[in-house]
Amino acid sequence: MNFLSQTWAGEWLVGLGRIAVMSRDAVASCLTFKASRRDLYYQIYFIGIKSQAVVLVTGAFTGMVLTAQTYFQFHKVKMDTATLGVVSVAMCDELGPVLTALMVAGRVGAAIAAEIGTMRVTEQIDALRTLATHPIDYLVVPRLLASMIVLPLLTVEAIALGICSGYLVGTQLLGIDPTYLYYNMLRYTGDIDIVFGLVKSFFYGGIIALVGCYKGLSCGMGAEGVGRATTEAVVYSSITILITNFFLTLALQRLYVLMS
Amino acid sequence: MIEVRQLKKSFGTQLILDGVDLRIESGESAVIIGRSGGGKSVLLKHVIGLLKPDAGEVLVDGDLITRMNERQLLRVRRKFGMVFQGAALFDSMTVAENVAFGLRRHEHLTEAEIARRVAATLDLVDLPGTQKKKPAELSGGMRKRVGLARAIIYEPRFVLYDEPTTGLDPIVSDSIDHLIMRVRDQLKVTSVVVTHDMRSARRVGNHVFMLHDKKIYAHGTPEELFASQDAVVRQFIDGVADAKEIEL
Repeated sequence: MNFLSQTWAGEWLVGLGRIAVMSRDAVASCLTFKASRRDLYYQIYFIGIKSQAVVLVTGAFTGMVLTAQTYFQFHKVKMDTATLGVVSVAMCDELGPVLTALMVAGRVGAAIAAEIGTMRVTEQIDALRTLATHPIDYLVVPRLLASMIVLPLLTVEAIALGICSGYLVGTQLLGIDPTYLYYNMLRYTGDIDIVFGLVKSFFYGGIIALVGCYKGLSCGMGAEGVGRATTEAVVYSSITILITNFFLTLALQRLYVLMS
Repeated sequence: MIEVRQLKKSFGTQLILDGVDLRIESGESAVIIGRSGGGKSVLLKHVIGLLKPDAGEVLVDGDLITRMNERQLLRVRRKFGMVFQGAALFDSMTVAENVAFGLRRHEHLTEAEIARRVAATLDLVDLPGTQKKKPAELSGGMRKRVGLARAIIYEPRFVLYDEPTTGLDPIVSDSIDHLIMRVRDQLKVTSVVVTHDMRSARRVGNHVFMLHDKKIYAHGTPEELFASQDAVVRQFIDGVADAKEIEL
């Protein structure tokens, strides 16, 4: 075991095992309602309310640039009014949930890892344990629940703003017919696209919180350890989101086909 | 009662404790002395289950805590309060929130009752009226007192002190020593103090254990230990460095 953990692959496997055990404990703790509501509300405020600006700007400008690029291609084949349909489906299925998650991972994942990592190096985690409080109950569960509640809501905001700003760019800047643009957007966007986006964002919320908490709880000693934990939290959660996105897309499509 | 049997612990290839045995009776005020980096804090963390030993056993009131998982340990830890070397206050909270932490988590009290108990405990540690301050606004000695208040507010049976006077000036150290004795006498707790401050060890302990060479090398009452003629004990108590260390 010691030999295994000294290699890069071994370290990675040990890390995966530990994060799996932490996730199991966190889910078990969620089911037994050990977290305090006060902590949960604060985390909803911190993760949700304080991420508004970054998510809204991301959603708006993604919708705008996607509209412009789609229009430039579709205009060549006289399909201008289908532009917002593409933007809408892309925002609901992929760009809304993924970009929102990546932005929140950068802001919140880093903050979670830095806060918990600093608590670890200053013995505050040990102090919690001596006060008969499980770090999973007190630190991980409120962040996990808040992140999983808030991310779908932030994603909805990003999607809505992305489509609205795309509509404005299409009608005001690019001169596309507003009625057909709107009609085609509704025609090509199904309820299932929105459901896919929300389901994905729910999982991404879990990934951001779990990776951030794990990196904080397992961070090395000193300022260097906290710095590394913070960086790794952002990098690993972002990569995990992108990889998960591919498999979730396939799985959800398959599930949809089987159910319909 | 706390009993440690043949405790062994290493970090990586470095052996820290190699068969430590000690027994602390209820109501006793035990002091563990030893050189810096000698494993005193590691031993203390095993007593409260913060670390798992490689071998050996720790029993608290007859319960074998070394085989308990983290959730089972939480129940045992309600008997303990611990004061950390750096105080380990929650820096996002005020003094009152820090002190009330244990009460809020485990006892169903009204806010008025919590406020009353916080004020009474802060009085006991000579810090009245500091409820609204943040840990960053406090001096080192004040932080240790708040750490002590947080550890004793729910009236534990055992209070563990990890280097309570390290880094403090002699006058503040003296006041912390008096505080430890006051807590011991007023709350009738079993105290375990880890220190390398000989003056403090002599004053607050009624049973002194000396950790040397990864084991309990000597133990007895402060009078017995401080009168010892053993070369190792004498060297530590008198604070005499080896010739090799002077060269360094």
